[in-house]
Amino acid sequence: MAYKFDFGAIVPHWELLLDGVVLTTELTVIGAVVGVSLGTLGAWARASRAPVISQIVGIYVELIRNTPFLVQLFFIFFGLPALGVKLSEFQAAVLAMIVNLGAYSTEIIRAGILAIPKGQIEAAQSLAMNRVQIFRYVIIRPALKKIWPALSSQIVIVMLGSSVCSQIAAEELTFAANYIQAVNFRAFEVYFVATALYLAMSVLLRWVLKIFGNFLFERRSHV
Amino acid sequence: MSEFTLWDIVYNLLLAARWTVLLSLTAFVLGGIVGLLLLMVRTAGNPWVMRLVRGYVELFQGTPLLMQLFIVFFGLPLIGIDVSPWIAAMLGLTLFTSAFLTEIWRGCVESIGLGQWEASASLGMNFRQQMRYIILPQALRIAVPPTVGFSVQVVKGTAVASIIGFVELTKAGTMITNATYAPFTVYGCVAVMYFLICFPLSLYARHLEGKLRHVAR
Amino acid sequence: MSLVELHAIHKSFGELEVLKGIDLKIEEGQVIALIGKSGSGKSTLLRTINGLETINDGTIMVAGKKVGDRDTDVLTLRLNVGMVFQQFNLFPHYTALENVMLSPQVVKKQSKAEAKEVAEEMLAKVGLADKMMHYPDQLSGGQQQRVAIARALAMKPRVLLCDEVTSALDPELVNEVLAVVRQLAEEGMTLVMVTHEMRFAREVCDKLVFMDQGRIHESGAPEEVFANPKTSELASFVGGLA
Repeated sequence: MAYKFDFGAIVPHWELLLDGVVLTTELTVIGAVVGVSLGTLGAWARASRAPVISQIVGIYVELIRNTPFLVQLFFIFFGLPALGVKLSEFQAAVLAMIVNLGAYSTEIIRAGILAIPKGQIEAAQSLAMNRVQIFRYVIIRPALKKIWPALSSQIVIVMLGSSVCSQIAAEELTFAANYIQAVNFRAFEVYFVATALYLAMSVLLRWVLKIFGNFLFERRSHV
Repeated sequence: MSEFTLWDIVYNLLLAARWTVLLSLTAFVLGGIVGLLLLMVRTAGNPWVMRLVRGYVELFQGTPLLMQLFIVFFGLPLIGIDVSPWIAAMLGLTLFTSAFLTEIWRGCVESIGLGQWEASASLGMNFRQQMRYIILPQALRIAVPPTVGFSVQVVKGTAVASIIGFVELTKAGTMITNATYAPFTVYGCVAVMYFLICFPLSLYARHLEGKLRHVAR
Repeated sequence: MSLVELHAIHKSFGELEVLKGIDLKIEEGQVIALIGKSGSGKSTLLRTINGLETINDGTIMVAGKKVGDRDTDVLTLRLNVGMVFQQFNLFPHYTALENVMLSPQVVKKQSKAEAKEVAEEMLAKVGLADKMMHYPDQLSGGQQQRVAIARALAMKPRVLLCDEVTSALDPELVNEVLAVVRQLAEEGMTLVMVTHEMRFAREVCDKLVFMDQGRIHESGAPEEVFANPKTSELASFVGGLA
């Protein structure tokens, strides 16, 4: 008995999918903005002279990079209430994404900082800038520019990874797909469409990040 | 429930962790083989094949692993192949791994300068001989560190297989949590076990990378 | 009171002692050249005067005040002592003008207008009034180095250190940079330079300091030092140049 595909069965549920796309986008935007900020702080701490802080950040980075995102998510959502930290599904999902991206971007940005020629820092020192000024005016922008492609890829990975947030019932795109297939029994069609939506979102996100990068590192004054 | 001691939790998780390791190894080896085949057809290069492989890579790198597993798990039965969660997970992760590895290795092959191709061509070697004697030996050396590094992604990827019902470490964690109501302890232990598998791999990858950089100098 | 006074400076990199007790006084308005073979410690000495190398022993005094090892001491030192590097080290993400304006704005908290006025003046002084909006990679090596000089001058240092400022330049670009340095010397700027341009050093400097193996072997007026080397090291260095 040959299976008959019926993508039409999804049409009545299009609003649910759209809601899912919106929530996935929200998760990604908040996760990316806060996560990369956290990573910048982390990279600064890793480069700092205080060995204890640098080591603590190092441990955080290794813990996150060597455990699955899904387990991190479960730990935050199911485990933390034992410590009295009760988070909503959305809060837990967004926190997990921030913590996850924070660790990866710490390493990525650190690599960018390490690639800044020593002479740049010496020149800034010779101009009597202090450490914070050097980081802010001389190091961070060229460093970010250098690693922007890697950082962009990581943000896309985190966006795609957010699909497992459906497992704590955060109502993002995968959750919506799960819900629809439970109602219309058209699992393949629903997941096929959801996959296509993810693909479109990752293409779009890449493009947006590229544009944003160009804007961020654009030469503003003209010859 | 109080009859679960910490040891019971750890013991049961360890049993399940065997499946995580087995799934990782299988996906990594099979994914490596498929990845290598893809690499071959793509470098041998008719442009249409190249484009096709490129699309394959983009597809797997541009969609969630969970969706890939869902499609395999729910899609194969539709063409008459009934798959267990194990088969679906293995198949899905193999495809996922092959896409990433073929892309990593392409980078390595491409980093071998044009001069090497030209020099070996000038010695009368054909494509196969160039690959076999000149390009691959050099590419292999630089490919090892990122390949080992990617194995960590595969191990972590197996956690997603829990969602289609394959009982590995994460799924076992969920089941034990439901029995013990001790999510903090259980997921803590789960995380530690993943860490114990992944961290040595990460360290080894970094070590290899350092060694390579040292040699390069 | 000397502007900068170095006393018994010792500096080691691991086992290797590169400065073995250096005493040097820099007077207001003096133009000093540090000469010697590579590895003699002259660049390291110059860098210690800017606090870029921490010293193992000895004291540095600027305008009669001892420079301690706290961060703020070093920053104060650097407000008095500017530096120009062999590799220019311009900030690639800023225009020439912004490079010059940056430190006065963020360190000295000058207003944008004020910083801009000074920067324009300095860039004009090094002959780059028409290149202010260019980015470093749009400038030749000689132009970049002149921007670097303007950048250091905009901080109004009392001493300017020049670390082989022409060594990274193509031969045809050397003169435009030397001309700027010469002009500064003529205007009475206090300068300490490490250089391999012996003829230039001879013409411009009040004092030559010859270093060998981490020590100052001889110093004095250029003519005197070149004409009557007292040590065999200097004699062979001078001989090697001829």
